[in-house]
Amino acid sequence: MSTAYTVRDSATMLRRNLLHIRRYPSLSIMLVAQPILFLLLFVYVFGATMGAGLPGQAGGGDRSDYLVFITPGILIMTVASVALGTAIATATDMTTGIIARFRTMNIARVSVLTGHVLGAVIKTVVSLVVVTAVAFLLGFRSDAGLLDWLGAGALLVLLAFALTWLTVGMGLAADSVETASNTPMFLMILPFISSGFVPTDEMPWGLRQFAEYQPFTPIINTVRDLISGAPTDSDLWLAIGWCVLISLLGHLWSRRLFLRVPAQ
Amino acid sequence: MRSRNNAIEVAGLRKSYDDREVISGVDLSVGEGSVYALLGPNGAGKTTIVNILATLLTADEGEIRVAGHDVRRAPDRVRASIGVTGQFSAIDERLTGRENLRLMADLAHLDRATVAGTVGELLERFDLVAAADRSAQTYSGGMKRRLDLAMTLIARPRLIFLDEPTTGLDPRSRRELWAIVREQVADGVTVLLTTQYLDEADHLADRIGVLDGGRLVAEGTAAELKRRVPGGHVSVQFADAATLAAAAASYADATTDAEALILQLPNDGSVAGLRRVLDGLDDAGVVGVTVESADLDDVFLALTGHATEAPATEEISA
Repeated sequence: MSTAYTVRDSATMLRRNLLHIRRYPSLSIMLVAQPILFLLLFVYVFGATMGAGLPGQAGGGDRSDYLVFITPGILIMTVASVALGTAIATATDMTTGIIARFRTMNIARVSVLTGHVLGAVIKTVVSLVVVTAVAFLLGFRSDAGLLDWLGAGALLVLLAFALTWLTVGMGLAADSVETASNTPMFLMILPFISSGFVPTDEMPWGLRQFAEYQPFTPIINTVRDLISGAPTDSDLWLAIGWCVLISLLGHLWSRRLFLRVPAQ
Repeated sequence: MRSRNNAIEVAGLRKSYDDREVISGVDLSVGEGSVYALLGPNGAGKTTIVNILATLLTADEGEIRVAGHDVRRAPDRVRASIGVTGQFSAIDERLTGRENLRLMADLAHLDRATVAGTVGELLERFDLVAAADRSAQTYSGGMKRRLDLAMTLIARPRLIFLDEPTTGLDPRSRRELWAIVREQVADGVTVLLTTQYLDEADHLADRIGVLDGGRLVAEGTAAELKRRVPGGHVSVQFADAATLAAAAASYADATTDAEALILQLPNDGSVAGLRRVLDGLDDAGVVGVTVESADLDDVFLALTGHATEAPATEEISA
C-alpha cells in the first residue's frame, strides 16, 4: 500500500529538499566553492611545475596542459563534495521531529531518502556545470564533441547517484551531525590517490597498485578520455560497474538503516 | 473480541528495553468518538504506549488493534487512519507554515486541485495567516504547536494521538489548543491524549487511565476516579479573623488558613454531612462557601501512594 505512491511521495520529498537548498544556499555554495578552490590552487600554484612533469609532452607540458590533465579529477571532487554535503543534510534531517511524523504516515518511507538523493543529483549537475565553466574560463580547451560531453556528464551523474546513496547511509548511521561531516571525508582524499592529479606510474609500489585499482581511477580515466575527445577503453565498463555496485550497496544499506524500527 | 465501536483495543501490552520493563501488561479500549487521557508522571510509559499505537515502536507482547487494524500486520492501514502530534514539534522549521501544510497535504495524497484551499482554511482556523509565509523557525512555542496540530489534521484522520500536547505552552496557548481538541471531538474524531496535567485530563477526557510505572493503576471517568478517593472538603471564607477563630473552635477536624481567612472542613459529599457543616456556621461572619470534591492530584496520591512528579502546572480556569 505504501509503495503505491513511491513516485508521488519522492517528488514531494524532492520539492521539500529543493526548498531547503533555496532557503539555505550557503552550504551548497561552500560545497561547489571547494573544488573550484582546488582547481585554482593546482593550476596556478602547482600548475607550471606539475605540467612540466607530465609524460607524453615534448619537452614537458606547461600550466595549461596540467589544467587539462586535472579537470577530470576536479569534476570527480565536485561530485564527492556535494555527496559530503548530503551526509550532513541527511544527518541534520534525522535530528528533526518531522522524520518521526513521516514514519507515522502512510507514505512510501524510502521517499524521504529518495528526496535527498534526487536533490543531491540536481545539485551535482549544477555544480558540475559551474566547475566546468570555470575550467573553460581558465583556458581548458579540447576536441571533444557534444556527445562526448554528454557521455562524461552521464557517467558523472551516475557517480553522483552512487556516492549519494553511500553518503545518505553515512548520514543515517552517524550518531551526530559532526560524525556525518567527518565520515565521508575519505571521498575527498581518494581522488588524490588516483590518476586524477599525477600519472599513477610515478607512485611508489603499493600506493600505485591501490591508485590503479580504486574505483575513482577508471572513472577519472574515462571522463578524461571523453572530455578530451579520445576513444574510451575498457575503463568505461569498469567505471559503470563500480558506480552501479556502489549505488546498489549504498541504497540497500541506507534503506535498511532507515526502515529499521528504532530501538527506543 | 474485536468490537466495532472501539477505535483502540489493547490487550496484554508489554514492552521492555534491555531488561527494564517499561510497559507491564496494559489493557485499554477507547470507544470511537471519545477522548481518552493517559495520565501519569514522566517515565510512566505514556509516550511508549502512544509510539506503539502509532506504529513507531513494536510491542514485545500484546494484541493491539488501532482503527480496526492490527498494528503489527497492517501498519500501513493504521498509518492511513491516524494523526500524531508528539511532544516534540514535528514540523519542518526550515519551511514556512504554508509550505509545511502543503507538504502534509501532498503526502496525504489529497487532490491537488483542493490543496491550496484546504491549506488556506487551516491557516485561518489556526490563526496562522499572518505568519504563513515566514519560516517556522521564527514561530513562538504556541504557534509551532498549532502548526503541528494543523499538519496532523490536514488529512482529516478519524483518530488522533496527542502526546503531551500542551507541555511547555503558556496558559493562553493551552486553552486555544483545548478548544481545537474539543472541535475535533465535536466532529466525531477519537482522541487519545497523554498528559501529566491533571486538570487537562479532567477538562478534555471522557475516560482517564492513570498510568504508573508501566501499569494502568486505575481507569474511569474523572468523576468515577474522584469518587474512589474518600471525601472532598467544604471551604468557608470568613470576613475577619475573629469570626474565623470562633468557628474554628467549634469544629474539631477543621484546618484553618488564617491568612486567607478560610476554614476547610472535611466532607464526604453527602447532603447530611453538608448540612451538619452549615448548621454550625453563623451567617453574619461568612463571606462564601465552596464545596469541593477531591481533585485528580488527590486521586493520584491515593491510587499510587505517591504524588505526581509533574512540574508545577500553571493554574488554569476554563
